[in-house]
Amino acid sequence: MLLTITTSTFPATDLGFLLHKNPARAQSFDLSFGKAHVFYPEAAEQRCTAALLLEIDPIGLVRGKPGSGEGHSLDQYVNDRPYVASSFLSVAIAQIFGSALAGRSKERPELASKPLKLEATLSVIPCRGGEAFLRSLFEPLGYRVSVEPHSLDPTFPEWGDSVYFTLHLQGTRMLQELLSHLYVLVPVLDNSKHYWVGEDEVEKLLRHGEGWLAGHPEKDAIARRYLKHRRDLCRDALSRLVDDDLEELESTRENQARQEAGLEEKIRLHDHRMGAVVAVLREVGAKSVMDLGCGEGRLLRDLLADKTFERVLGMDVSHRALEFASDKLKLERMPDIQKARLQLIQGSLTYRDKRLEGFDAAALIEVVEHLDPGRLDAFERVLFEHAKPRFVVLTTPNSDYNVKFETLPAGQFRHKDHRFEWSRVDFRAWAERVASRAGYQVRILPVGPEDAVVGAPTQMAVFSR
Amino acid sequence: MKLKIPELSLVVLIGPSGSGKSTFGRKHFLPTEILSSDFCRGLVSDDENNQAATNAAFEVLHYIAGKRLAAGKLTVIDATNVQAEARKPLVALARDYHCLPVAIVLDLPERLCQDRNRGRSERTFGPHVIRQQSQQLRKSLRNLQVEGFRHVHVLASPEEIDAATIEREPLWNNRKSDHGPFDIIGDIHGCFDETKALLERLGYVVDVTTTGERTIAAKPPGNRKAVFVGDLVDRGPNTPDVLRLVMGMVEAGTALCVPGNHDVKLLRKLRGKDVQITHGLAESLAQLDREPAAFREKTAAFIDDLVSHYVLDDNGLVVAHAGMKETMQGRGSGKVREFALYGETTGETDEFGLPVRNNWAAEYRGPSMVVYGHTPVPAPEWLNNTINIDTGCVFGGKLTALRYPEKELVSVPAGAMYAKPAKPFHPAEFQTQALSPQQAHDDLLDLADVIGKRIVTTRLHHNVTIREENAIAALEVMSRFAANPKWLIYLPPTMSPPETSQEGSLLEHPAQAFAYFRHEGIPQVLCEEKHMGSRVVVVLCRNEDAARRRFGIVSESGICVTRTGRRFFEDLAFETELLAHLREALDRSESWKEFDTDWVCLDCELMPWSAKAQELVKRQYAAVGAASGAALRDSVETLKTAAARGADVASLLERSVERASLAEKYVTAYRGYCWPVKTLADIKLAPFHVLATEGKTYFDKNHLWHMSAISRFCKGSKILIETGFIEVNVTDEASEQAGIRWWEELTSRGGEGMVVKPLDFVARGRRGVAQPAVKCRGPEYLRIIYGPDYSIPANLSRLRSRGLGAKRSLAMREFALGVEGLERFVRNEPLRRVHECVFGVLALESEPVDPRL
Repeated sequence: MLLTITTSTFPATDLGFLLHKNPARAQSFDLSFGKAHVFYPEAAEQRCTAALLLEIDPIGLVRGKPGSGEGHSLDQYVNDRPYVASSFLSVAIAQIFGSALAGRSKERPELASKPLKLEATLSVIPCRGGEAFLRSLFEPLGYRVSVEPHSLDPTFPEWGDSVYFTLHLQGTRMLQELLSHLYVLVPVLDNSKHYWVGEDEVEKLLRHGEGWLAGHPEKDAIARRYLKHRRDLCRDALSRLVDDDLEELESTRENQARQEAGLEEKIRLHDHRMGAVVAVLREVGAKSVMDLGCGEGRLLRDLLADKTFERVLGMDVSHRALEFASDKLKLERMPDIQKARLQLIQGSLTYRDKRLEGFDAAALIEVVEHLDPGRLDAFERVLFEHAKPRFVVLTTPNSDYNVKFETLPAGQFRHKDHRFEWSRVDFRAWAERVASRAGYQVRILPVGPEDAVVGAPTQMAVFSR
Repeated sequence: MKLKIPELSLVVLIGPSGSGKSTFGRKHFLPTEILSSDFCRGLVSDDENNQAATNAAFEVLHYIAGKRLAAGKLTVIDATNVQAEARKPLVALARDYHCLPVAIVLDLPERLCQDRNRGRSERTFGPHVIRQQSQQLRKSLRNLQVEGFRHVHVLASPEEIDAATIEREPLWNNRKSDHGPFDIIGDIHGCFDETKALLERLGYVVDVTTTGERTIAAKPPGNRKAVFVGDLVDRGPNTPDVLRLVMGMVEAGTALCVPGNHDVKLLRKLRGKDVQITHGLAESLAQLDREPAAFREKTAAFIDDLVSHYVLDDNGLVVAHAGMKETMQGRGSGKVREFALYGETTGETDEFGLPVRNNWAAEYRGPSMVVYGHTPVPAPEWLNNTINIDTGCVFGGKLTALRYPEKELVSVPAGAMYAKPAKPFHPAEFQTQALSPQQAHDDLLDLADVIGKRIVTTRLHHNVTIREENAIAALEVMSRFAANPKWLIYLPPTMSPPETSQEGSLLEHPAQAFAYFRHEGIPQVLCEEKHMGSRVVVVLCRNEDAARRRFGIVSESGICVTRTGRRFFEDLAFETELLAHLREALDRSESWKEFDTDWVCLDCELMPWSAKAQELVKRQYAAVGAASGAALRDSVETLKTAAARGADVASLLERSVERASLAEKYVTAYRGYCWPVKTLADIKLAPFHVLATEGKTYFDKNHLWHMSAISRFCKGSKILIETGFIEVNVTDEASEQAGIRWWEELTSRGGEGMVVKPLDFVARGRRGVAQPAVKCRGPEYLRIIYGPDYSIPANLSRLRSRGLGAKRSLAMREFALGVEGLERFVRNEPLRRVHECVFGVLALESEPVDPRL
């Protein structure tokens, strides 16, 4: 990882006074994560460049740290950290260029508050938002930005570009400003932090963002990413099993709302669905309800708010989702009388489960499309033959409607983990076959604003027996 | 005085305070058999005499008693129990667990109890308490039988109490020490000719004496014994001779017989009870009317003596007329007898007006095989280790016997249709039914069979524990990603590297792998080339018909799954093509015939790595390659510029140049395992174990056998490749050197390395089974696992301290589970038993282990 800072404001060698590092000497510093070196590849009065080179110790990163025995996916051991600009760089800037970052200079106090002609090069910087995001961060701050993308592997051009760029910035700013910008924006670009984010991070952000962050058009994204929390340890057990699917999992878990809701946001579809499901459950007079695939528990919350639902069971296959639900519903602090109505269990829709027997109704909101078509048969038997609630309310996307989502490429599902999406015809055929086989009646209702041609975005089946 | 009590009973001691219950209990029972109310008071309140804690104490006492009875343990209740209200829940408890309540009453003079109590300082209650208890006891005495105590023993003096001894009697149904072998015979219903024919088919010599009193004897072959499942009588043409035969054999000790509902109904009629003369009883009565009265009396006595069911062969076998659920086996109660005779009904009736039977066999999880009859079926079918062998002889079907322990079915056809069944027992649907009852049942697994902490008993490694949190992770993965569980008969174990090499620039070296096996006392090993691709388990059926028959899967003929049980190919057409290619290869080599099978399960590696791991390669390996390459290149350039103007950066520059070259090596290493896959021809599949075929696993064959069996069908294929190997004797220096050279040669060509296996698939080491394989990876392959810079001496020395214990233990447990699951599958055990192992391997894989090992 290399950062170079160049000035061409005469006398350029004053850069040494500003950085408190003598251009004549190469210096090394021990940091908690490795070594930092400062040297000057050029040091003339016309143009002077200081280089900060980080030698991050990849083995030290995982060894000898409390809790380092916890993580067990390979990317903990072999990763880009030693080579890229990340929060390690921010730490190095703060420790090695501390007074420059604070805008102080013993020898040249007037220079510290003077705009200089500056250039900075970062080699390399990861940016998952691509070049556009890079530019949107630095251009509003008055820099001329040029980026050099790096391909993943020139031998396999079909793999495309990597997320790494060499970034050049040029502008006339105070050195203190440049360093503050880098201090804040490098971790934002990288979108992860090497250390636990605590309360004092908010203060750091405010301190180093003083004077420029408030007016930055991307300030929300900057704040969110800067304060990103360290990834949850709970996910590790799972990630060991599905190493190649981590991203997919993540998207089904944490970004589910974002990905799908991103599409559906404008029409507030999720609220429509919840409303429609609760309405049906009230109408049929269900007293005991199970939410199969309850996720983070939005329906559970609505059901608990209505005392006519005497018994509420939330089931999900993801233990983590249940933990979220438990948090969101504040299960720990819930009064006993309310808690007695609620049960959260881990379970699966492809295994027969005695705990699901004896309920008035089951709700399955946007769940069935996450099952492999080959496992639908087992699911149908688990629900309609064994659990056998009197009513089943099931919602699923209407694929006919997908043409209305402008950002969704044709033929693609609304969500990465969807194994299929049914058209209205498909859904009706499935629902009617299931109903007749299991001795249920079924009616199908639209959910959300209905279009004359493609119908409503969500379709809902209400089974009863 | 000898007090006889059943071996499994709930013994209720009854007597006032001071009557000596605890002393009596201590004298005759194990301390753990006795549950004392005083002790329970102490448990919940720290004070054995705290009367305020009585309710809580009894809750605890009843709870523990329930657990003990469920486990089949005799239990003694040491409390006063002088009130009917106190005894009532105990009788109910005994009933719940189908065991007999026994009352032992210590009926001493009140004065004696009072005296004893005065001598005990902790008893603070007044004399009125004991007076009251004595009165209550008197009142209770005559009602104990009515309350439900089948055995009541009253000891009325200290002398009687002293003289009493307890004798535990086995239940009548307990024939665990009878090991057979047995021939279990289905519902006969008066079909004597067929019975005779069947017995003769089974090797019995049947002898009918017609002179004098008619007797029928049957002499079994060897030490075999017949077991009749009941319903000897009614409907058929010759009930008297059937009775004569069975009574004779039982008397002679060559047969056992359990009663059927028809037999019991006949008994009631013979005993003068008012019963409906339906369902073929009329035939029996008419036939018996022609017999002497003494024969009818003998018949009645015989049926009356029959025991509801038998538990045989150390719990290996249970025989009952209508079946027997696990919780009732070996127990005695009215309910058990009812179940044995009639089974359980749901309370509904079907379209023929017959009661709908509860399918207890579908729920059955017990270890004992249950053989029963009662309901005619077209053909006996196994379901969860139970089998119904009533093949409707009297309705024109067959008379069937099951040979135990051979599990072999023998039947003879009925001579005629002697009676018309109320409902056709050849239902039309059966003819078209594609799946066996077990297969249909296995379409759905039960969550209760996988969740929570589980202990799986394996042949190779005793008990393997699956922790709850690992089961939680496995359930999610299994539910969201795994293939149909019916295809998942095996998941491969993880593999451990050897001890870390301490010399030179290497982390792993064959010398340590050889040393491991030498240390385990295993001289012969096989080194196999380790292909760098993705693990794939292939289950291949000869055709769809074979898949349906053996796997209960319709319209598919095989599958390729990953080591975590997912379908290997998202593109099903690709899978179909690969399976077809493999099928042709097996056709060509006539391997189907060689293995006498129409399906095979193979353990393979599929290349290129990038075929399955494309995303991983891009996200992890190529990304690190791109970042390190670009960053180090720029660093080196800048350092050179600085050095040129005289900055003191020489050692930093030198280090950076080296690291840049290591980054290039890193990229070279993973690149070798990647190439684009457009058609099947771009794929290479290297099978290395023939895991199983019909009725067989091949864990008893050594690896040379596996290599040669595989070689036969790989020949002539452009896609299937053989695995290079070399035999090494780890006690011979020269042989070891040859192995090391072979490895060096492999790895210098960019190969991943080799796998060292004991020659035998399952090899016993110093303590139990040795590691089935140890991988020894090459230095350049390790670069992509440990990072570009791992070979820098300062890094290497730190990486050398790596602990192998967890990895080895994991490999061993997964291996044991994998073998166990597959062995269960070839033994035709129910899917849940196979799935338990497969699920277990997946669960263990979520245990935290250094992923670089």
